[in-house]
Amino acid sequence: MRGASVSTTDRPVTPKSDITVTPRLLAAWFRSERRDLESHLCVHGPLPAFTHGAADRADQLVEAVRVAGLTGRGGAGFPTARKWDSVRSGRRHPILAVNAMEGEPASHKDRSLLAAAPHLVLDGAVLAAQAIGARDIVLCVAHDRNDSAESVRGAMVERDAAGLSGPPVRLLRPAGRYVSGEESALVAWLAGGPAVPRFRPARGVPLTIGRSPVLVQSAETLAHVALIARHGPEWFRRAGLPDAPGTCLVTASGAVRRPGVYEIEMGTPVVGILRQAGLEPPVGAVLVGGYGGTWLPAELLETPYAPAPLAAAGCAVGAGVLAVIPASSCGIAETARVAVYMAGESAGQCGPCVAGLPALAQDLLQLTRGTGDNQTVPRLRHRLDEVDGRGACRHPDGVVRLVRSALEVFAGDVAQHARHRPCLGWNYKPILPVPRSPTSGGRRR
Amino acid sequence: MLITPVTLRLHVNPVACDGFGYCAELLPEIVDIDEWGFPILADDAVPPHLLDLARRAVRDCPRQALFIERLPSTRR
Repeated sequence: MRGASVSTTDRPVTPKSDITVTPRLLAAWFRSERRDLESHLCVHGPLPAFTHGAADRADQLVEAVRVAGLTGRGGAGFPTARKWDSVRSGRRHPILAVNAMEGEPASHKDRSLLAAAPHLVLDGAVLAAQAIGARDIVLCVAHDRNDSAESVRGAMVERDAAGLSGPPVRLLRPAGRYVSGEESALVAWLAGGPAVPRFRPARGVPLTIGRSPVLVQSAETLAHVALIARHGPEWFRRAGLPDAPGTCLVTASGAVRRPGVYEIEMGTPVVGILRQAGLEPPVGAVLVGGYGGTWLPAELLETPYAPAPLAAAGCAVGAGVLAVIPASSCGIAETARVAVYMAGESAGQCGPCVAGLPALAQDLLQLTRGTGDNQTVPRLRHRLDEVDGRGACRHPDGVVRLVRSALEVFAGDVAQHARHRPCLGWNYKPILPVPRSPTSGGRRR
Repeated sequence: MLITPVTLRLHVNPVACDGFGYCAELLPEIVDIDEWGFPILADDAVPPHLLDLARRAVRDCPRQALFIERLPSTRR
């Protein structure tokens, strides 16, 4: 039943080979392409029946998640049990917010997870709510993602009919802008305001609505919780690496024959993941993480997909995006397109972001088109230093990170463009998906 | 009574800030202005001789965007 990569907990930290692991989150989908409650229970079994009282159950689950070493799959990679600790310690019942907003254009994992395994997400939500003592669960799906909403509604109807217990889940539909899925923006919206990030000088303090703390968890993280509760932390740790256990969902796109969402073991080499997706050489570079992520050059494709090895290569897991541009593309042009989009997705609250991101994008466009001069790159570098870290949230920081990475990884192209000569990708077609923002730029308050 | 030395740092809330620039006028030693008119604050502690000006900047900011962070100094 398990795939070819049965592994022990004390494996050496070496790259894994390119073999397919048996899906965990996507197991029911792969077996029968059904996502209904019956199929879910048939493949995964019922939720475990704990023999102790509610408080013991809660503690047991938190400990299981802690021992499993589950980290958040929403982008920050924070240890999940520690995040739960921070909302359990108060006197008020926390609220659980399930984040399925997926504002990252190149990521499809939330959509796929809700389409293929909504019951795992809902199981995980109910379990997490019980663990933290929450009596309210809200599940946030972007306003324009009707398929996901339908799948969740259908699953909720089935659960009601089957009499499954747990706190009630409310499906809510905030507008889906890039930053509206940011944790504090989501909570701001839930509290009745616009979905824009809050300024948080003291980051360790939990977000609140009124005086109730709010735990925001990514849909994927909760799906893993649902399986840890059933199979235990040792089972979870059988996949992945000792310091990066388990599986995760990635979205492979761009120059691959089979773009889509793949469930992979942490530690799989990036090239192994992309080969499963039908990598088409020659590769130019891979955008890792998302539009606030970084470029992984072709010569580093053997890098294991896990936080530490990726960090050594200047990358981070982020939203699980692996977007491949071929060698015939122009990395600077792609980065410029993304920078323009990201400038338009500023929440409009902070001067350095509202003014700085369009300025960065303009510099990149000048560089792309060869309309700049010998001051363009120095000015761009100076602006990157000025914008970095000066907003209320990490949105401008992500753009700075992406552009700095492009200047390094595509240094050859930068030099060509600066001399007003086309690079190898001059006749490229756009690869990275860039939606059109309804309104762009400007200060909004 | 034990008097513990304290480090004070000036910070800006970037959401509240509208780039009026009073802080840069009062404290050019620790507040720079970026090309778009918004303050860049030095990471260092506010030197004792500028403390009164820093408090005045906090008080006079039209958007109440500045605040002073008190950190206990590390003892040796």
